[in-house]
Parts: sequence; structure tokens; C-alpha cells
Amino acid sequence: MTLDVMLAQDAPILLHVGLTCASGELLALIGPSGSGKTSVLRAIAGLLPVAKGRVACNGAVWLDTATDIALPPQARRVGLVFQDYALMPHLTALENVALPLVGLDKSAIETRARELLALVNLEGLEARRPATLSGGQRQRVAIARALARDPAVLLLDEPFSAVDQMTRERLKRELVALRARVKIPIVLVTHDLDEAMALADRVSIMHRGRTLQSGPPEDVRLRPGSATVARLMGQSNIFRGHLAATAIADKPGRLAFRDAVLEVGATGPFKAGDVVSWLIPSEFVVLHRRGRPSQGDRENPVSGIVAALTGLGEQTSVAMRLDGPDAHILNFRLATHAARRNELAVGAEVTVSLLAAGIHVMPAESLGAMAKLIATHRRAIGAIRRQVQNASCAIRICAVSPTSTPPPLSPKTPSPATTARRRCCVRSPFWPRR
Amino acid sequence: MDWTAFGLSLKLALWTCVLLIPASLLLARGLAWSGARAKPVIEALLMLPLVLPPTVLGYYMLVGLAPTHIIGKLLGGIAGRPLVFTFPGILLASLIVNLPFAVQPMQRAFESIEPNLREAAWVSGLSRFGTFRRVELPLAWPGVVSALALVFAHTLGEFGVILMVGGSIPAETQTLSIAIYDRMQAFRNGEAAAMAAALLAFSFLAIAVVHVAAKRGRLARGVGARS
Repeated sequence: MTLDVMLAQDAPILLHVGLTCASGELLALIGPSGSGKTSVLRAIAGLLPVAKGRVACNGAVWLDTATDIALPPQARRVGLVFQDYALMPHLTALENVALPLVGLDKSAIETRARELLALVNLEGLEARRPATLSGGQRQRVAIARALARDPAVLLLDEPFSAVDQMTRERLKRELVALRARVKIPIVLVTHDLDEAMALADRVSIMHRGRTLQSGPPEDVRLRPGSATVARLMGQSNIFRGHLAATAIADKPGRLAFRDAVLEVGATGPFKAGDVVSWLIPSEFVVLHRRGRPSQGDRENPVSGIVAALTGLGEQTSVAMRLDGPDAHILNFRLATHAARRNELAVGAEVTVSLLAAGIHVMPAESLGAMAKLIATHRRAIGAIRRQVQNASCAIRICAVSPTSTPPPLSPKTPSPATTARRRCCVRSPFWPRR
Repeated sequence: MDWTAFGLSLKLALWTCVLLIPASLLLARGLAWSGARAKPVIEALLMLPLVLPPTVLGYYMLVGLAPTHIIGKLLGGIAGRPLVFTFPGILLASLIVNLPFAVQPMQRAFESIEPNLREAAWVSGLSRFGTFRRVELPLAWPGVVSALALVFAHTLGEFGVILMVGGSIPAETQTLSIAIYDRMQAFRNGEAAAMAAALLAFSFLAIAVVHVAAKRGRLARGVGARS
């Protein structure tokens, strides 16, 4: 059994989609909100008409605009779990699950519905209405109802978005267990990368109605086909450079990045002299130990200063501003104890190695796209800065005793420095206020 | 108490409900999910009997149903006799007057059904009719009960249009509310009081039924629940 989907339409919703999902495989459709993920599921289920396309499952053609085949949802064997579950509020859990069971006698329907509820661990809750069930229980009823039709494909639309964190983890484990029992293609729509990485056999990246790349999650994350895919996979260390030499056999390629030349494990289809975008996933960034050079330090050393440190419990996330004119930011993570041992602090000088095996070369992103992205980032950074300033102002106000007058925090008339900066803003729109 | 008038009122109310509710149910469902450009016009036309003075509506109906008018001739031909000042005539008037009371509550009820519930039913393999029978109708049921009670109560109390179209012919078109007016004009206050009390009781009962139905509907759907 395989699900094959091809959709092509420009209006009213832009959709250019190609997907396949084998039996027993879980395909995660990843993309930001509004990228058309839900529309793809609706098109597969027959709820959304498309201008051009073909949907076939297990040899049965559900949609083929070339031959005017468009089966209604009733005639497609799909199990669809809606984002808000869409349970019938006037029916009990058992009746909801029994809804798709037709053509059987009454006792057979009830037996089968009870079996399905047991499959999703909901014994004893048969007589409850959806309003009296928790979010996790509702999701399980919805899955049982989707399976009741004996579907040829199971479609899940953000199935974990309406439940709390604890329930989410449990439901994910249950989904993994369920997969082993139902040998059909499963398509999961999500905007949660961690969820997709943890559950999916393959992922498909969607952006503005198009599927950009499909493959095993680690492949897509480490070897994205474009900078856009890399960003959608949560990568942030994307830079530009040009290829000085391609990699041949066991001889690494060479990548010119500003005034440095980096060794690269693989250079893909690119030729020497090509301008490229390149990616270094944060797990291939290795911090040099302070004052004690170790093995491997010679591999692509890069230095800079720590611009920001974010503690995430066991892990600490580091944003490092590279030395040089462009002030590139390199992000990486390390164990919090390692950060402490190396006395990492904002402003500290650090050197890291960019492991050649991790550097991935992609087609150069257009400058327009980059400029837009930089502008967005600067705005975001500006917003964070303002928040930090406000926070420190608040702290200053708290520190002042209630009887004394607080010192003026922001002068009404701009200081010469401020005016100069403002003038600078006008001149250079890409380098606004700091 | 004029039992003939009372019986006539009941008969009119029952026939109005029997004929109007099923037709309005389909109309309301069609309107609820219609994206037609003419929808606001149709809705306005349906609401017109509510705002139009009963005498105005009665005037047009009287003129229209008269044997001299083309519509009156046509309908009279079907019925076998002229419709003005007859029971079929006031029944027709009652159907038109009650349209907004029948369509509005049911349309609101259908509109309040989440579209994805219907889609879920289709994806579950239910046909359009199966979806109507097992999902839409049960969920819209409080609206149907409301419409039923409103139409029934309103027909019992309808005065102006019935008087215009039907006159006040005992045992043919003199309904309870017209009988009350008739007795008052004849200074038979006692009889009028008894009939007024009966109408009051009936109206109260009808509104109570609407409220109970609405409350049960909310309970069945789970107040404040997400789905």
C-alpha cells in the first residue's frame, strides 16, 4: 500500500505538492502556519477540490483531474483526525466511534466500536459525551473513529496541539505503539519540529504551498537542499561563501568565507568559484578549551566573542559574534557544566572549530531574500534589546526607595549621540538602531 | 368560552405547523450554508412578514386572493372555491405570516453547527442524507422545537391578517383571538376574559417549551466545551 499525492493549483490556495507515503510509514508534513499543510490533508480526504492533481492509494485512484476522476470523501477510504477532533457533541464516545460502521448488524457494530475504544485505551468511557472527556481522551476517540472505517490511509492534522505537554508525551508513545499495529500509510501534519523528528520515518517540508524537500528527518536537517529548507528545519548557522576547491576522494574541498578558508567534507554538485550558501549544524561546532588547545583544534578554527548566553537547563545555548566586519552570529549549544568550566560569559572571547564533516554546501540564496531576512532578524533583535532595557529600567525603579525621586531614565530632548544615530539610521536602512 | 373558535384556532395552528415546519426546515438548512448572492434578498423577504403591519399584509392578501385577481382565480380554481373568507384562505395567510418564526430559529441552529462536524461525517463515510439525519438534525433539534412552539403560539394569537383575509365568520374563520375582539365589542366581558386567559396559558406554555428545549440543547452539546 502506498499513498501517492500530486497537487498543482495556483488559486484560490497555492498548492504545488508531491508526496508519497509507503505502508506502515509515518510521513510528517512540516511547515510554518499557513504553508498549506492542512489543505493538503483536506485535498487527500476529498474535502478540498483542487484544479489539477492526482491522489492514488493502494492502486485505487481517488482523484485524477486528467481523467475527471474525483471521488467524494465518502468513497475514499481515509481516516482523518481533525485538529480540533470534530467529535459529534450529541453522541457518546461509543456512538462517535460507531458512526462510520455501517452495513453491520447492531450488536456487531457495538462489539467493533468497543474493540476500537479498547485499542486506544479508553475502556470504561464508552458512555461519555465529548464535553465530559479530557483533551487527550477526545483525541483518542477521534483516532478510534478514524480507524473504524478500516482506512487505507490515516491522516492526522496537528493531533497534539490541543493537549498539554504531559498528555502530549503519552499520546506520542501511544501513536508509536499504534503504528506497529496498523500497517497503513500515516501522514502527520505538524509545525513542531521536535515532534516530527521524534515520530516520523520521513519528513516533507512545506513552504508557501510547495513541498520543498522530502526525506529521512536527519537527512533533511543535515543536508537541506536550500537555505529555506535549512531554516525551516530549525538551522540558524547559514552563511555565504564561495567554493575555492571541490572535494575529491579523501581530499577535502575548500570554502572561502570572508578572510578564512574552511575545509569542507563534501561539496556536492558545485564547481570551484561558485558562490554558495553553507550550513554548519550547531552540533558540529566544537568549543576550544580555554588555554589548552586539544586535538582537532586545527580544524576550521573561528574566533569571536559571546554575544548572548541562554540557559536551557542541562544545555546552554550560545550566540557568538564572529570577528570581522559583518558581525555574523554563530549559534551552538553545549552542556551547561562545560559552559561553566570554560567560564563562558557575555563578552568573553572564544574560539570554536567548525567540523568539516558537518559543513553542508547549498545553492546561493538570492541577495534579496537575505536582505529581507537580515532586516527581520534586526527587528527581532531590536525588540529583544528594548525589552531588556525596559527590564533593567524596571529593576532600577525597584531599587530606588519610594521616598526619593527616581532619576530620569530617558531624556526628553535627544542627546547629540542619539541624533547622530538617527541620522545614521536614515542613511543606512539595513543598520538601524542598536 | 367559545369552543368552536377554540377548536378552529387549534386546527389552524396544527395545520400551519404540519405544513410550514418541514418546508422551512429545508429552507433554513439551505440558507444556513448558502453562499448565494441572492441570500440577503431571500432573508429579507422571509423577514418581511415580521415587520409589515398585519393590516398591510392582510390588505395585499385580500386583494390577491380575491376571485377577480389572477392569483386568486388560480388558487380558487385549485381549491374549487374562492379562498377569501374561508379556512384555506386564513391557513394560507397564516403560513406566510409565520415564515420568519419558522425559518429563523432553525436557520440559526443550522448555522451554529461547526462545518468540520459535517466534514467529519462525510469522511466517516456518511452520505449527505445520512449526515443530515444523524448529525445535522439532532444538533439543530432545539431550533426545530423552538420554531414549532413559536409558530404554534403565534398562530393561536394571530389577529390582524386573519381578520382581514377571513373576516369573522363563526365556525369558518372566527379564531379565538378574533372571538375575543368580537365578544368585547358586544360587551360580553366574561367570555372574553375566559378566552384571553386560555390564550395566555397557551402562550406561556409555548415559550416555556422553547426555553426548556434550548437548555437541553446546550446541555447535550456541552456548554463551553471545545468540540
